[in-house]
Amino acid sequence: MDTPHPPDTQQRWTSSAGLEGRDAPGARPGRYAPELDDDRIHDRLDEGEGLARVLGWFSIGLGVAQTLAPDTLTRLVGAVPTETTRNTMRAVGAREIITGIGILANPDPSEWVKARIAGDAMDLSLLGRSLGNGERDRTAGAMVAVLGAAALDLNAARRLGSSSRAREVQTPRDPIRGIRVHKSMTIRRPVDEVYAFWRDFENLPRFMRHLETVEVLDGKRSRWKAKAPAGLSVSWEAVITEERPNELIAWRSAKGATVENAGVVWFRPAPGDRGTEIHVRLHYDPPGGRLTSTLALLFREEPGQQVKDDLRAFKQMMEVGEVVVSDATVSRGPHPGRPPGGEEEQS
Amino acid sequence: MKATCWMGTRDIEIRDVPDPRILNHRDAIVRVTSTAICGSDLHLYNGFIPGLEHGDILGHEFMGEVVDVGPEVKNLKKGDRVVVPFPIACGACWQCEHGLYAACENSNPNAWVAEKMWGRSPAGIFGYSHVLGGFAGGQAEYARVPFADVGPLKIDDDLTDDQVLFLSDIFPTGYMGAEMANIQPGDTVAVWGCGPVGQFAIASAYMLGAERVIAIDRFPYRLEMARDKAGADVINYEETDVLDALEEMTGGRGPDACIDAVGMEGHGHGFQYAYDRAKQAVRAETGRPIALREAILSCRSGGTVSVIGVYGGFLDKFPMGAVLNRGLTIRAGQCHVHRYMKPLLERIRNGDIDPSFVITHHMDLEDAAAGYEIFNEKHEHCEKVVLRA
Repeated sequence: MDTPHPPDTQQRWTSSAGLEGRDAPGARPGRYAPELDDDRIHDRLDEGEGLARVLGWFSIGLGVAQTLAPDTLTRLVGAVPTETTRNTMRAVGAREIITGIGILANPDPSEWVKARIAGDAMDLSLLGRSLGNGERDRTAGAMVAVLGAAALDLNAARRLGSSSRAREVQTPRDPIRGIRVHKSMTIRRPVDEVYAFWRDFENLPRFMRHLETVEVLDGKRSRWKAKAPAGLSVSWEAVITEERPNELIAWRSAKGATVENAGVVWFRPAPGDRGTEIHVRLHYDPPGGRLTSTLALLFREEPGQQVKDDLRAFKQMMEVGEVVVSDATVSRGPHPGRPPGGEEEQS
Repeated sequence: MKATCWMGTRDIEIRDVPDPRILNHRDAIVRVTSTAICGSDLHLYNGFIPGLEHGDILGHEFMGEVVDVGPEVKNLKKGDRVVVPFPIACGACWQCEHGLYAACENSNPNAWVAEKMWGRSPAGIFGYSHVLGGFAGGQAEYARVPFADVGPLKIDDDLTDDQVLFLSDIFPTGYMGAEMANIQPGDTVAVWGCGPVGQFAIASAYMLGAERVIAIDRFPYRLEMARDKAGADVINYEETDVLDALEEMTGGRGPDACIDAVGMEGHGHGFQYAYDRAKQAVRAETGRPIALREAILSCRSGGTVSVIGVYGGFLDKFPMGAVLNRGLTIRAGQCHVHRYMKPLLERIRNGDIDPSFVITHHMDLEDAAAGYEIFNEKHEHCEKVVLRA
């Protein structure tokens, strides 16, 4: 899900027009754009559906109790058990179980949540009628409880409704292809220093393992060359689409890039004088698409891991002045960590 | 150079390997004069630590003479005599600045592996698997020491290697175990394990104000050392039920603080031991937390359980109910050695303690394989092996 960012950063994100990709030559419309919207919709969806699930299970639990022990439940709500209350209680229990299953089994439970609301209204009227006979306090308590449940039901219905609407808006867009990566790291240096080092793109190959060179062409454009699997290399031109000193740098690849990519790096002070948080969002579409990245995963070259490793190396550059290595991480063949003839199996 | 290489489970060989060289600007190369086999090396020896590769050089307790320094090392020069702390720490990250050196954020080049196992990565450690960095260890003629401007402690005077070597790990580790135990004057402290770390935990508990320390082990010679050298009352768990004995010895209260200096390869008897042994053998749990369970169950309500024995993964039957319902505090950690080296060196210099009391064996580096075997099998009343390189 979305990494937690303060509202102001979120705002900047959405307003970061360059990410929209509409004006990106060669980029299919909507390709990078839905990224954030998508996340938000999922958040909302999850919220509504999570609550609905809880309500579903609640329905089933209550229904089972009402069906199996109608008299106990009747006494609990302050009424006097009779043949009529027993039958009513069982009927209400059956209704609860059915709605519960409906909510849990249905991918879009909004209709079933509405059924719960109707049920709440029915329960309230039943309780209202029994207010006269039996224990008033208990009955009143039960009504308050039903009102509480009704409030939750309404809330779930509202959220589910809004996300269904959002989903409708979303459907006409292209589904996102390619790979999306979010990673972050906290660096114990002031924001301006961290930003300045990063903004000088020619520094990046000093800590990004897969990057061979970055050549700055002008204020906005730069040429990137990276190692690709199987000893090949790829290069592309990147354009800065938005830049706010000490806040963010957004970019996308120019037309014709082998690996289409876009992303944002933003910088913000970490709380408690801990330095700078750097957040990277990267979206790219490697040749071969997901298959390539799945293969890469087998060789530990999973993109999220790569970005995380690069950020860690960046942290080391900033905090201790260079990337920290051990014999085992820099040497192939014999070294003090592995003498000649030592087998290279993992224990 | 010659180095102690792990060639498989319970298979140690002394091999000729390339000399280490400076790889980072803040490295130093140390010619090792003394190095010790640690109880935690036995977990490697027995194959219980993942991420070890055939040929890896072991050893994280070592000291020696600086023979080369990187361009950024300003505080050391060739010829300096230094003790090297076992965790590698940058001194610049948030953790280091807060004295949490064993949690250094920058010193593990294989942090990604540690993150997969433990969520986040601790500091790198010499000779302690690729999960903790793949650094060559110090049971060798030479060792590369990263962040040499932060870790190594210069020893200027005429204290012997045997007196100061254990500042690299086991003395500070035992001391931190006692410090984490929140000992108040008048407290009774129980220590599981009378290996070298346990001995230093006992001695440190007294330094920090404990009135009585009870030591638990199964080897009479180790219990004898705990009693005669460190001043503890002792329980042999092969003769007595530990929980009953502690109950009796503390008037039914339980020890105010319990220190687990055993770790993942605990021993015991009966069904529980057989169960853990079997599960560990098939890798269904990674530790046998027998000492830890006893420590938790016997600790006084509201007391502290301090864990310095090494654990690597997941434990079964962890009595969390006792921890919560009786309000216990659990503290644990690899030792932040850097912050204890100077104060403990002062203690040694003042004559408060002579850490060399735990040494039972001096051997040549050449004989490291035998050293491992003797120590692991507890032959020849072995407590601590020091190798001369």
